[in-house]
Amino acid sequence: MNFVLIFLITIFSLSLFFYGRSKTKSIAIEKNIKLNALPKFYGYYLILWCSIPSLVFLLIWSLFEPVIIKSIIIETAANQGAIFNDKNEANLIYEKIKAIHLGTYFGDIDSILRESALAYAKFINLFTNSKVVLIFAIVIVSVIYSLKKINKNNKARDDVEIILKGLLFVSSLIAILTTLGIIFSLLFESIKFFSVINIFDYLFGTNWSPQRAFVRDASSITAAEFEELKDAFGFIPLIAGTTFIAFIAMLVAVPIGLFSGIYMAEYASLKIRRISKPIIEILAGIPTVVYGFFAALTVGPFFRQIGENFGLTVSSESALAAGLIMGIMIIPYVSSLSDDVINSVPQSLRDGSYAIGATKSETIKKVVIPAALPGIIGSILLAVSRAIGETMIVVMAAGLAANLTINPLESTTTITTQIVMILVGDQEFDSPKTQSAFALGLTLFIATLILNYIAQRAVKKYREKYD
Amino acid sequence: MTKEQRLKKRHNAEKRFRFYGLASIFFALLFVLILVHNIFSKGSSAFMKTAINVEVFYDKDLLELEPGASEEEILEADFFDITIESLLKVYPAKNMDEEDALIELFTTDAEIEIKKAFLNNKNLIGKKINLEITASDDIDQLHKGNYPRDLPEDRRRISNFQLEIYDVLVENKTITKNFNNYFFKNGDSRDPEIAGIGGALVGSFYSILICLLLAFPVAVLASIYLEEFAPKNKITDFIEININNLAAVPSIVYGLLALQILLATIQLPRSTPLVAGITLALMTLPRIIIPCRASLKAVPPSIREGALAVGASKFQSVFHHVVPLALPGTLSGTIIGLAQALGETAPLILIGMVAFVVDIPSTPIDPSSSLPVQVYLWSESAERGFVEKTSATIMMLLSFLIVMNFLAVYLRQKFEKRWN
Repeated sequence: MNFVLIFLITIFSLSLFFYGRSKTKSIAIEKNIKLNALPKFYGYYLILWCSIPSLVFLLIWSLFEPVIIKSIIIETAANQGAIFNDKNEANLIYEKIKAIHLGTYFGDIDSILRESALAYAKFINLFTNSKVVLIFAIVIVSVIYSLKKINKNNKARDDVEIILKGLLFVSSLIAILTTLGIIFSLLFESIKFFSVINIFDYLFGTNWSPQRAFVRDASSITAAEFEELKDAFGFIPLIAGTTFIAFIAMLVAVPIGLFSGIYMAEYASLKIRRISKPIIEILAGIPTVVYGFFAALTVGPFFRQIGENFGLTVSSESALAAGLIMGIMIIPYVSSLSDDVINSVPQSLRDGSYAIGATKSETIKKVVIPAALPGIIGSILLAVSRAIGETMIVVMAAGLAANLTINPLESTTTITTQIVMILVGDQEFDSPKTQSAFALGLTLFIATLILNYIAQRAVKKYREKYD
Repeated sequence: MTKEQRLKKRHNAEKRFRFYGLASIFFALLFVLILVHNIFSKGSSAFMKTAINVEVFYDKDLLELEPGASEEEILEADFFDITIESLLKVYPAKNMDEEDALIELFTTDAEIEIKKAFLNNKNLIGKKINLEITASDDIDQLHKGNYPRDLPEDRRRISNFQLEIYDVLVENKTITKNFNNYFFKNGDSRDPEIAGIGGALVGSFYSILICLLLAFPVAVLASIYLEEFAPKNKITDFIEININNLAAVPSIVYGLLALQILLATIQLPRSTPLVAGITLALMTLPRIIIPCRASLKAVPPSIREGALAVGASKFQSVFHHVVPLALPGTLSGTIIGLAQALGETAPLILIGMVAFVVDIPSTPIDPSSSLPVQVYLWSESAERGFVEKTSATIMMLLSFLIVMNFLAVYLRQKFEKRWN
């Protein structure tokens, strides 16, 4: 139905374009007047008036229709005598009614369900009919309005441009809507989670084992279950594992990235730079699932083999393997940003240093790097935020069990790994286990936001200093 | 320490420092080489499959088919008996155990292959034909040399008897390597020898198409607004900060967003390219807006002023002059953004694309997989045959990314104007 409506509106708008264009041309010739805009703008004007109000209406209607019908149907079912204790049962009955209407329900149909299904069919019909009627009304009203305007020889170009400018503004608002969507969807589930689990138990608990918490319904929890739940969601092992793996990654990425950035900015000839810079940036373009595969199937077993040769027990999902590969993935982030930052240090600082007899490396160590330090730290912080938000490498190469350890040869888990583990496959909605994934997501979101904010501030301050 | 010694020390320090820089670049390059070599050496064998030449006799009595049977009758007919008969003729087996071991050498789809050959040529009833039946995963790996045959028998998946048959087959040259069309044509499967990336390719294609259709227009319009029309005020600043932050939000957070808004609230169908495309579009949007704005900014003000001077409106100056000049940069930024979206895995896992889907999706609202998710799924499988399949999928993924990135570079270098 919606597709038919959209198609009709499109066809109608397009034909209005040609109508408006030729109409204004003929008016201009007939009455021998000067038009206020090119004829095609009158056509655009009609298109916009015909399509935008009706399409916006259709969109809003389609978003709200299912919700409204659902609440009406559940209410009628309740009036018919259907009994449901909570939301889930109500949803179940609604799905049954829908299935009966579509003819895909094969269970027993009692009188309540049959009556409700009839009511459902009635409402669907009513809503569809009123939708079509309203849309036609909107199209007719707005087209009549715009045709009147055209006949008065309005300033069609200005009007069209104002509408289009509004469209541009709305497009740029989508970024804000996305942010709001992220915040609300994370907050919504997190609040539910924290209404069951004390936020301090979450933040300072040292035990993470959500698989213990298979409570179906969070609203009817017994005291014994609650005790069990209380210490199943301790965040400390996750943040410890996350920072630990990120730390190993930075041990790899910072020296290699920084040194290659310095070399490219200060030493490399144009030719070497032109070849090696894109190759290093390949590292940032490789999908992380590829790194994960490499870490899990090649690097992990390789370390295990080496460990065995030295008589060490190395877990095949060691923090070391995941951290090392993650570090390699991050090298280009550190190197290209610090390359940029070092390049923007003014030449006069270097010249001054050379003039008093310093070698190139002394100049870099004593003059260039201190001058570029805020920018370099900013780039490292951005890399850290990449590392803690990275998912696939740790999901595939780091462990699943949360254990507090600082032995890089053992397996640890991370925030992102746990989110994936909890949400992969079928989820039980409204269970604290599922909600805990959103709480973890919220924590991750806030942490990366803070890191990014500080990093961007640092880089910006630094840029301003030398501009 | 004399002056000369001190100078020598300083110069040595200089050399060392330079060496560290060179060594780290070298290390990064070396890693790229190791990674690519590792993937290619593991994956290239997946493009071939092992097949065993079998003489099939389409026995009229066993098939219970008359000559000239209709398509439906053939599809209904039971080909199991003639499959077993034909496979057992490959090597003399003495008892039931040996017969089972012999049949295990072939793919579980042998019956379907024999049926397909019959569907292609319906005159085969009562005739004999030589068919190349796909070998089982274990034989496939053995024939490609990926399977160690010197292990003791109880630690091998292939028994001594099966090895014996294999050696005879190799000697008779009835075992061959063909192009693996299943790898490109088939959907996922539990059996590595018939598993393919067909479904994942289609799923990825739909997801990226939807992502392009949603993200590109919105990103271009938003960057035009921010760069050309937006007044300098608090709202504009807020939008800008927002976009920069969104570009740095971990991708898994977008997966949570999609789960809550698209699946739980709007109730779009799970595991579908439609949801994947919308999620990827939201994620890619800020990553496209940033290069789009940069390329709009690079167009010198003189272009705008020239247009305004001959009487164009602000809109005409932007859409007739600035946007076409910024288009190459915009397009290459979009392609790079899409390349990132193509390799993105974590949000797709959360929206349920990890489901085991055998069928190849025909529309964007059918459940499907995607290339990176297929890599993840297969890398978790224990069968040896999936290692080469995973590596080959990565090879496909990487080659798409390389093509897209080259296209982006080409567009920029060929069409972009330099203004100084």
